[in-house]
Amino acid sequence: MENNSSQTLWRYATKIGLIAGIALLYVGLIGMLADFNEKELVRKLITLGQVLLVVPTIAASLAIGNFARKDRGEFQKTPWALIPANIYAAILTAIPSLLLLWLSQVLDVRSIFENVNRDWLEIITLDHRRELLLGAGWLLGTLIVISIIISIFAALPKRLRKGLSFGVVVTLAVAMFGETVGFILQELLPEDWLRAIFRRDTIKQGPTLILWIASTVVGLFWAFGSDGIQKNYASQAPKTKLTMVRSWQAICIALLLALPWLIGRSLSDVAVTIGLFILMGLGLNIAIGLAGLLDLGYVTNYAVGAYVLAALTSTGALGMGGGVINFWIVLPIALLAAMLAGFIFAVPVLKMRGDYLAIATLGFGEIIGKLAVSDWLKPYIGGAQGILAIPKPEFFGTTLKNPEQLYYIILAACIITLVVSIRLNNSRTGRQWMAIREDEDVALAMGIDTARAKLLAFTLSAATGGIAGAIFAAKVGAVFPTSFTVLVSINVLSLIIVGGMGSNIGIIAGAFILIGMPEFLREFSDYRWLIYGALLIFMMIRKPDGFIPSKIRQREKQTIRPELVNEVNS
Amino acid sequence: MSEVTKSDAILQANGMIKRFGGLTAINNLDFYIPRGKISSIIGPNGAGKTTFFNCITGFYKIDEGEILMNGKPIHRKSPDQIARAGISRTFQNIRLFNNMTALENVMVGQETHLKSSWMGAIVGTPFSRRESRESEERANELLAFVDMTGKGDMLAKNLPYGDQRRLEIARALAGQPQLILLDEPTAGMNPSETAETTEFISKLCNELGITVVLIEHDMRVVMGISEHITVLDYGQKIAEGGPKDIQSNPVVIEAYLGKGAAGNVNLADVGGH
Repeated sequence: MENNSSQTLWRYATKIGLIAGIALLYVGLIGMLADFNEKELVRKLITLGQVLLVVPTIAASLAIGNFARKDRGEFQKTPWALIPANIYAAILTAIPSLLLLWLSQVLDVRSIFENVNRDWLEIITLDHRRELLLGAGWLLGTLIVISIIISIFAALPKRLRKGLSFGVVVTLAVAMFGETVGFILQELLPEDWLRAIFRRDTIKQGPTLILWIASTVVGLFWAFGSDGIQKNYASQAPKTKLTMVRSWQAICIALLLALPWLIGRSLSDVAVTIGLFILMGLGLNIAIGLAGLLDLGYVTNYAVGAYVLAALTSTGALGMGGGVINFWIVLPIALLAAMLAGFIFAVPVLKMRGDYLAIATLGFGEIIGKLAVSDWLKPYIGGAQGILAIPKPEFFGTTLKNPEQLYYIILAACIITLVVSIRLNNSRTGRQWMAIREDEDVALAMGIDTARAKLLAFTLSAATGGIAGAIFAAKVGAVFPTSFTVLVSINVLSLIIVGGMGSNIGIIAGAFILIGMPEFLREFSDYRWLIYGALLIFMMIRKPDGFIPSKIRQREKQTIRPELVNEVNS
Repeated sequence: MSEVTKSDAILQANGMIKRFGGLTAINNLDFYIPRGKISSIIGPNGAGKTTFFNCITGFYKIDEGEILMNGKPIHRKSPDQIARAGISRTFQNIRLFNNMTALENVMVGQETHLKSSWMGAIVGTPFSRRESRESEERANELLAFVDMTGKGDMLAKNLPYGDQRRLEIARALAGQPQLILLDEPTAGMNPSETAETTEFISKLCNELGITVVLIEHDMRVVMGISEHITVLDYGQKIAEGGPKDIQSNPVVIEAYLGKGAAGNVNLADVGGH
């Protein structure tokens, strides 16, 4: 039995090691390693490229640890038992890149792989470009050491792991987004302090160590103390609970309101973009997450909202309103127009389900793109030149021209959408949608007018997209057909999948991860689609319900509550 | 043949025909379901029993003939309209809303009687709040009626098999139907569960006054509680009447067991599948 299970473990280690090796080779070949190496994480210590270099090994070791924990109980007793398999996987991980290293010396590889250059050599040998053998040893040694550390980590109790990884993740995040963090701290800390922590945008070694220790301590407290806090909360009287929840909400809202002042102009701009995608995510979630209608043409509604606002408010040659009609009058018109578009596009696809619906809606998105550049509509919406000179919204005499000010419009829109979506979710309408998502035939047999309910889902979902489009147009001040490609739909869908389908909090998190990260980190934005793809594949395999699943999906995974079991037994 | 007269019929069909391409699944069927009683549809596998249910509930459109509910034609209505007219059903292979809780399943079942709109839900009007509260109360009562108190928060798919069958019936009852169609309610149950379910079905009819139509293979259940039995074979009605008439009817026995079997067996001994 032992023999058998260790055989399976070695087989798994072979598989995962080779996958990690190919991944490492791949990020090298596309130049990602070298690009990331230019970004220093901790001053004179670690670069982003070096982190990327060890990521495949870390992932492989974690996977092996998971595998052993899940299927093979005996490894739990001897944590050291996993180390040989991990070293083996680390060697496998290094081999493809080492082979390429050797090839690059005997052949002219650069004529095919142009990224196999000095920069690549530098990172892959950990700065021992001149003595390649030593460099190869360094790579192998580093990966092996990392794999040993991770395999010991993987054998630790769950809470300890949770606490330790919290420390690492926080430290890594601060180091990665050093520029942003430094920018925010600028407002709060005196100049000297800031200079002690950062050198330009990069955090120094000492502060990193302090941050790492501090965040690990916090992480451990949280990991071991959260039960106590929860119990404490559960034992409070309902009234106290309500007060606690309300005060939390008040703190959150106050923070949200103060945010633009805290983060400054350029970050406010990012916040507005993230807000737009949160808004669209919440809207699309009504169709996909609640009613189960896989709509791949969400950009349609976004475009309709943007173009209606642009055409009616522009002060340029194409402006139909002659520059008199303002943002606030047009906003409801844009909303209604988007709803109408959603309705019109929903009617022909009412009888379609699943894949067929997805393909049809994908087509609608393309139709809108073609209409926007068409000669037919050019006199009204400008064809490829788009509509220019869209005035900024005014609010009681103030022109909201800065991102800090536009932020409040998007914040209001997000909060309203969130409230509407939560209320609908807990209502008769929400239950109709869920029933349709689960089994459309049975929903019909229960007396639900499914056609009506689906039309409503499409239309409400479209309304949110229309608002997002209108705000987008006002923010940019111009609309061009190039802004409304299928990628918008894919982006919104991806953030729903990554965050957690049907989960509002998940969608907000998804928007921060997918839209925010590339904005904060140039290195990420260059490889945006690659990272998207990798993340989506990872999510599909490991976390199909998203990072923050909806309550109902969480409940699914919980064990049955003890009082119920008693009842069943009695 | 039967003591019930046709004027008592809650549901009645005349010359009903349903074809799938060249296959005639239901051929020129006349039937009636007496009001306030338990009726059964029996017949060998492939006799057209489930097709018959699907025709009544509007999932299949019949090619010829008519179906009357309380004397009014319903065969041109859509399934949701028929549900609103007072016919509920369960399914042969349980079809619950798996990722919804037991309570939510029952609340969806009340659809035919709910009136609040989506706008009311967004604004949070007193009417919509009250309806939502009352609907939850009624759903809890129904769960209690099917012996599932305290399990309302569990996801339907996590419930044990017997509970899932009962939940499906509770969901069908939530629509306050006049007529409930149960497609093999005891399939996959052991003898004691079957006995419990049989008793429960009688309770539906006697206490709630709902007309019940069963499709059932277990002859003990059929003969035990039905007052009226229709036998189908190859889409045609081959017999109709009370349990006693059917049990001794040679045509029925022949359909089940083949030629020559008549006279030697009692149909009540033919078990479930």
